[in-house]
Amino acid sequence: MGTGRLYAAVATGGFRRYATYRVATAAGVFTNTVFGFILAYTYIALWQEKPHLGGYDQAQALTYVWVGQAMFAVMVLGSAGFEEDLIERIRTGDIAVDLYRPADLQLWWLAADLGRALFQLLGRGVAPMLCGALFFDLALPSGALPWLACLVAVALGVLVSFAIRYIVALWAFWLLDGAGAMQITWLTGVFFSGMLLPLNVFPGALGDLARLLPWSALLQAPADVLLGEADVWGTFAFQAGWAVVLLAAGRLLQSAATRKVVVQGG
Amino acid sequence: MNERFIELDRVEKVFDVRKKTGFLRRERREVRAVDAISFTVSRGEMVGYIGPNGAGKSTTIKMLTGILTPSGGRVRVAGIDPSRERTRLARRIGVVFGQRTTLWWDLPLVDSYRLMHRMYRIPDARYRENLDRCVELLELGDLLDVPVRQLSLGQRMRGDIAAALLHDPEVLYLDEPTIGLDVISKAKVRAFLKDLNTERGTTVLLTTHDLQDIEQLCRRVMVIDHGRLMYDGPLTGLHEVGEGERTLVVDLDRELPPIEAAPARVVRVEGPRQWLAFPASESAAPLVARIAAEYPLVDLSVREPDIEAVIAQMYAQQAERVGEAGQSVS
Repeated sequence: MGTGRLYAAVATGGFRRYATYRVATAAGVFTNTVFGFILAYTYIALWQEKPHLGGYDQAQALTYVWVGQAMFAVMVLGSAGFEEDLIERIRTGDIAVDLYRPADLQLWWLAADLGRALFQLLGRGVAPMLCGALFFDLALPSGALPWLACLVAVALGVLVSFAIRYIVALWAFWLLDGAGAMQITWLTGVFFSGMLLPLNVFPGALGDLARLLPWSALLQAPADVLLGEADVWGTFAFQAGWAVVLLAAGRLLQSAATRKVVVQGG
Repeated sequence: MNERFIELDRVEKVFDVRKKTGFLRRERREVRAVDAISFTVSRGEMVGYIGPNGAGKSTTIKMLTGILTPSGGRVRVAGIDPSRERTRLARRIGVVFGQRTTLWWDLPLVDSYRLMHRMYRIPDARYRENLDRCVELLELGDLLDVPVRQLSLGQRMRGDIAAALLHDPEVLYLDEPTIGLDVISKAKVRAFLKDLNTERGTTVLLTTHDLQDIEQLCRRVMVIDHGRLMYDGPLTGLHEVGEGERTLVVDLDRELPPIEAAPARVVRVEGPRQWLAFPASESAAPLVARIAAEYPLVDLSVREPDIEAVIAQMYAQQAERVGEAGQSVS
């Protein structure tokens, strides 16, 4: 009960922190919308040449584009989330201050990141989606249930996204500079989440691998749930499985990091 | 009241430092940041912990709070082994780093306090009371709604001190709390700390480079250098240990040649005024009596050596001893 309130307060802080920067949010919405248009026309060209590519018809492919733009900030597929702060705190030694707190490091950052994700879902997710629906013929479900299922998949995807980035950030305890690790994660994430092209487009072993890796939980999974292309419970289980494994790995890494901690400076 | 609140018994911290000595070759070297330090601090004491950069001050504080595990020896704070039960201890201590902040950078100051409220599970009434008190004494009233990143250094520091005290910690560790602050901000911080110690009986361990902090706040001082405790005692005793000299400033009724009064010696003459240095361990009374009897004395004053000079001298002596030892070995 007591700890619940603490992490609720941290999450609220995470939400408010991003809500402070209204101009940045507006700029983000604008960028995502522009990219949405570019990708949408690219996909139209592609699907007219190859209808039913990856099992999607054109309306489904376009829906996928706009879901992707809506998830771009939520899943931190291009921008940076908390991991930038965490790496900086490790590098400067400010992490020492965090360790004095009677709070769990992973839960703390998770709560802050959930707050961020909720804000970005509302602030940067809704507008591009509406815009896409306005200008293109999308394959959106009519009932409430697929939308609800999609929200659950988004929530699970955020957990996986956090768990990956937490592991990457903790490497800064050993590397002392996390910039390289962050770039690799970003590149990997852009491709394997399906941000460039839906993962079911890729044939053979690469396709199979891409669909099994945790990044597919970020965009491919919620998109397929919304499009009715996936077995909902199977998808949830896939996402939850990765979330559990990666969060546990993060915990292990965290205890190794705090044990070896040589706080930089001061 | 004489309870041993903080106990260190032959505590050591050794770091392994790897140095690149060539292509792919690395040399491993042990650095003793803290070398067999022992001391105890009673509840309600306010102790200064001083030493040059890299002396081991911050390392000691990190071991006292549990974020570093000692390589050897025993640490107890309020009966708890800090590195084993860091989180349990965290509820009973407050930490302020002059160069780091616990505050939430992008959000108004008050949001950080709300977070502390939840984190330390402070009862609502207690939280209100403590916050009101800090706001009043540290003059934070106008700052509560300002995002932390917009605060000046002095304001942020006061904000950080308040954040460390909302949960009524039994001990407060301050690492350079006045670093970079202007005179007025320093005075505010010091007055507040003094108050905290006398009224609430909070134990305070203060690390600083600013000797005025120590002179105005601490009756007891510990000096650490090269990881070793070089002095532990009252501030006044430091002068004797440092073999400092006191200065007698004498105003005569006219210009005269330098006064002869061994063991004192004249170090400066400026018109009718003369400065005499004499060992801090000697009493000034017989000296004054002799000069008064033999010279046309108008006025005089005795100046204590400043602490800074004394410590500088201690360091110099230590370095000399180390240097000699090194030579005799080679």
